Amino acid sequence: MAKIRVETTINGEETEFLCNGQESLLEVLRDGIGMTGTKEGCTTGDCGACSVVVDGRLVPSCLVLAAEAQGRNVETIEGVADGQKLTPIQQQFLEHGALQCGICTPGFIVAAEKLLEKNPDPTEAEARYFLAGNLCRCTGYDKIIKAVLDAAAVMREERA
Amino acid sequence: MSAAPDTSDRKFKQVGSRPIRHDGLDKVTGRARFGADFTLPGTLQGVFVRSPHAHAKILGIDTSKAEKVPGVKAVITAADFPELPMHWITQGPAGVDAGANQRVILAREKVLYHGHAFAAVAAATREIAIEAGKLIEVEWEVLQPVLSIDQALADGAPILHEGQATEGMGPPVEGDTNITNQIVFEGGDLEAGWAEADVVVEGVFETPMVHQGYIEPHACLVNAREDGTSEIWCATQGPFGVKNETATLTGSDPASVKVTPSEIGGGFGGKIPVYLEPAALLLSRKAGRPVKMTMTREEVFRGTGPTSGSKTHIKIGAKSDGTLVAAECQLDFEAGCFRGSPVGAACMTTLSPYVIPNFRVLGRDIVLNKPRVAAYRAPGAPVGAFAAESLLDELARKLGRDPIEFRLQNAVEEGDRASYGPKFGPIGFKETLEAAKAHPQYKAELGEHQGRGVAAGFWFNAGMQSSATVSVNSDGSAVVRTGNPDIGGSRASMALMCAEELGIDVTRVRPMVGDTDSVGYCDATGGSRVTYATGMAVIDATRQVIDHLRARAATMLDVELDSIEWQDGNAVAVNGSADKGSLSLEEIAKKMGATGGPVVASASVSPPAAGPGFGVHVCDLEVDPETGVTRVLRYLVVQDAGKAIHPTYVEGQFQGGAAQGIGWALNEEYIWDADGKVENAGFLDYRVPVASDLPMIDTVIVEVPNPLHPYGVRGVGETPIVPPLGAVANAMRDATGVRFHSLPMSPPRVLEALEEAD
Ligand code: FES
Ligand code: FES
Repeated sequence: MAKIRVETTINGEETEFLCNGQESLLEVLRDGIGMTGTKEGCTTGDCGACSVVVDGRLVPSCLVLAAEAQGRNVETIEGVADGQKLTPIQQQFLEHGALQCGICTPGFIVAAEKLLEKNPDPTEAEARYFLAGNLCRCTGYDKIIKAVLDAAAVMREERA
Repeated sequence: MSAAPDTSDRKFKQVGSRPIRHDGLDKVTGRARFGADFTLPGTLQGVFVRSPHAHAKILGIDTSKAEKVPGVKAVITAADFPELPMHWITQGPAGVDAGANQRVILAREKVLYHGHAFAAVAAATREIAIEAGKLIEVEWEVLQPVLSIDQALADGAPILHEGQATEGMGPPVEGDTNITNQIVFEGGDLEAGWAEADVVVEGVFETPMVHQGYIEPHACLVNAREDGTSEIWCATQGPFGVKNETATLTGSDPASVKVTPSEIGGGFGGKIPVYLEPAALLLSRKAGRPVKMTMTREEVFRGTGPTSGSKTHIKIGAKSDGTLVAAECQLDFEAGCFRGSPVGAACMTTLSPYVIPNFRVLGRDIVLNKPRVAAYRAPGAPVGAFAAESLLDELARKLGRDPIEFRLQNAVEEGDRASYGPKFGPIGFKETLEAAKAHPQYKAELGEHQGRGVAAGFWFNAGMQSSATVSVNSDGSAVVRTGNPDIGGSRASMALMCAEELGIDVTRVRPMVGDTDSVGYCDATGGSRVTYATGMAVIDATRQVIDHLRARAATMLDVELDSIEWQDGNAVAVNGSADKGSLSLEEIAKKMGATGGPVVASASVSPPAAGPGFGVHVCDLEVDPETGVTRVLRYLVVQDAGKAIHPTYVEGQFQGGAAQGIGWALNEEYIWDADGKVENAGFLDYRVPVASDLPMIDTVIVEVPNPLHPYGVRGVGETPIVPPLGAVANAMRDATGVRFHSLPMSPPRVLEALEEAD
């Protein structure tokens, strides 16, 4: 089967890869490029573990065809921190213990970054509804939501 | 080591603090490697081929067409395993059956549930393997499936395992049967008990099969090497279990198998059993290449062990002053297709939180055409507690009593005998009830269509075998190594206990989880045992390290060993040698090479008991009478942790267990079609709670020290899932006036019940 050549940008770096027509962006990220920070929980768009941002939109990478990344800007968990500097969301996840097993964590962080970019001062309910596409089976969400709300406060202060 | 607690008034410096977990950074940056994140050059992809029937004899399998597909490197069936007979070996309340375990991985004589694997294929790509699998031809004799407890027990029911006789105690069962085992606990004089009772309540309670729902599907990479040894990387709760089980089932020498546990994306008991590794090992051997196997989410639902569906008949009697006098229950548990439901643990836990002088409990383990169940967090206990706590709520209502007061009146305390035999040591049940009563949530006002429910429960917690190794670096920092995969922050707990003993900051201790060649044996991460038992091994190994350090200091200061005390990270000369001063850990460590070499110590433990943990939950909810939708408004978990090593992760266990229990109560269930196929084998339709379904979950950590652990620790992981089913059902009763006898209380069922009640 002829492979498709895709030129894309991943976390700010120009990247090329080959894929077949059915392969998802998730498969190429993990198995093709070796960026395993993006996790697979379902491949049906229901768990959010594979969340990435494509041209500014939060999407489950398991439902995006790899070929669709052509000419686009893909952001993954590996690109969230600014070099050696964690974002306030990453930092608050650590301080709140907002992870137990940690398999859902990359997806939550990618999604929460997007939430706070759109809405710097979310209410608890807004945060819960925005993150309702990300499943966590370990934490009961309590510490995750607190981490996100506290990160929002830290970021507002940094900007002020 | 001596098990006596140091003292409950010990002033801890590290233990009880909330450091950032050592593996946290890797987990917030995506660097942590989970089960599916490993690969080797030349790795093949392995997939199972699964049954389209829920119950069928395998008359023949022809894999020849699949083997000829380009890209296919190996195909296996049960015939590639050495045949192990089915033979149950009882171990405590549970047991093992290697023959059944082998048949769960690949069916031999029969497929026993829809989705039961009967062959596996390894190929260059997953797609090729899947397509080749479709070419495997099977001659089936399709049998009628058995899909409910009632069907399994009906006269003339199809028998899953011919020649199966019922083991255990209880009423005799004639001939072949689907009841594999019966358990009985009884005490007092039941007739006399009923005669004493002024109020008697009874009911039949049913719960559906539900899944642990860990977010990471099962995954492994196996490399069978030319010399007969093999390496396994996998997500598991028990790497030594994977090692031994893989060896047993494939007829290999356990010494030849090395298992490296990856980070693990949730388990809750469901990643104790082994599904992939023995098949992947046989494929890898046949192909001469590494083989990776990962399950899809659908396979996780269809082909791994959920927990039992159940049907419980229960009856409880009390005197008019509220004293419980008699109880009787029969617990029927679905085991799935082979023996081994957690009905034994359910029998042990259902009545044990209360003093009930006259009782009888009968449990039955029943096989049917569903996946073989696996452990799920406090296996069996939530089901029994749902029935018992629902009836206690009814009794409290009938007697006009506050539900917490009523439980306090009957709660067990130190010295009371549990219904399964032993006497309770120091336990914190009454303390948790008091703390729940005192919590502001218990007094919060309720509005229209709102209700409050209380329920309690406990779990034994496990001890079992653990080992740990502690070594000191030349800069005075330390490394602590164990063999228990860190599923919820246990590395931090191990480091905290090591740091506490050494008297250094927890950031100076690096915890690590080793592979099966580099650490001593550890039983699985499960049974709420790691912080307790593995923690004990860590404390013991650290104390041995301190003895070495004292000896080195004695040499360096030129005093008798007896004159050196370890105080806050320093070896201090005392007893008339005080003028010799002291040496810090750093100073001793720097000189290790000259005073005897590196300081390392290992310890192992095998505590037979662990000290149970009791919990009390309070649920406030609101029901929308138009839609039947239930919103949990407030939720409180109070639990005795003995001593919280890292309180954040103790709270996390409380909250996570409560959330799973709320999901079980309100929404989760396996839905089967008439042919025994699961209709909702995906997260969209098997809907676990999402962030917008839940409120913040408030927690209170009660600390009644456990005398079996040097710091007083009790396991905390499992108890939190025991009370929620009852707490939510009791809140539902309070809000709607309707007593729900079966779960889940999903919107259509609530609506139906409300209409019936009108
Ligand atoms: S793996 Fe993409 S949403 Fe679950
Ligand atoms: S921390 Fe385990 S799934 Fe979220």
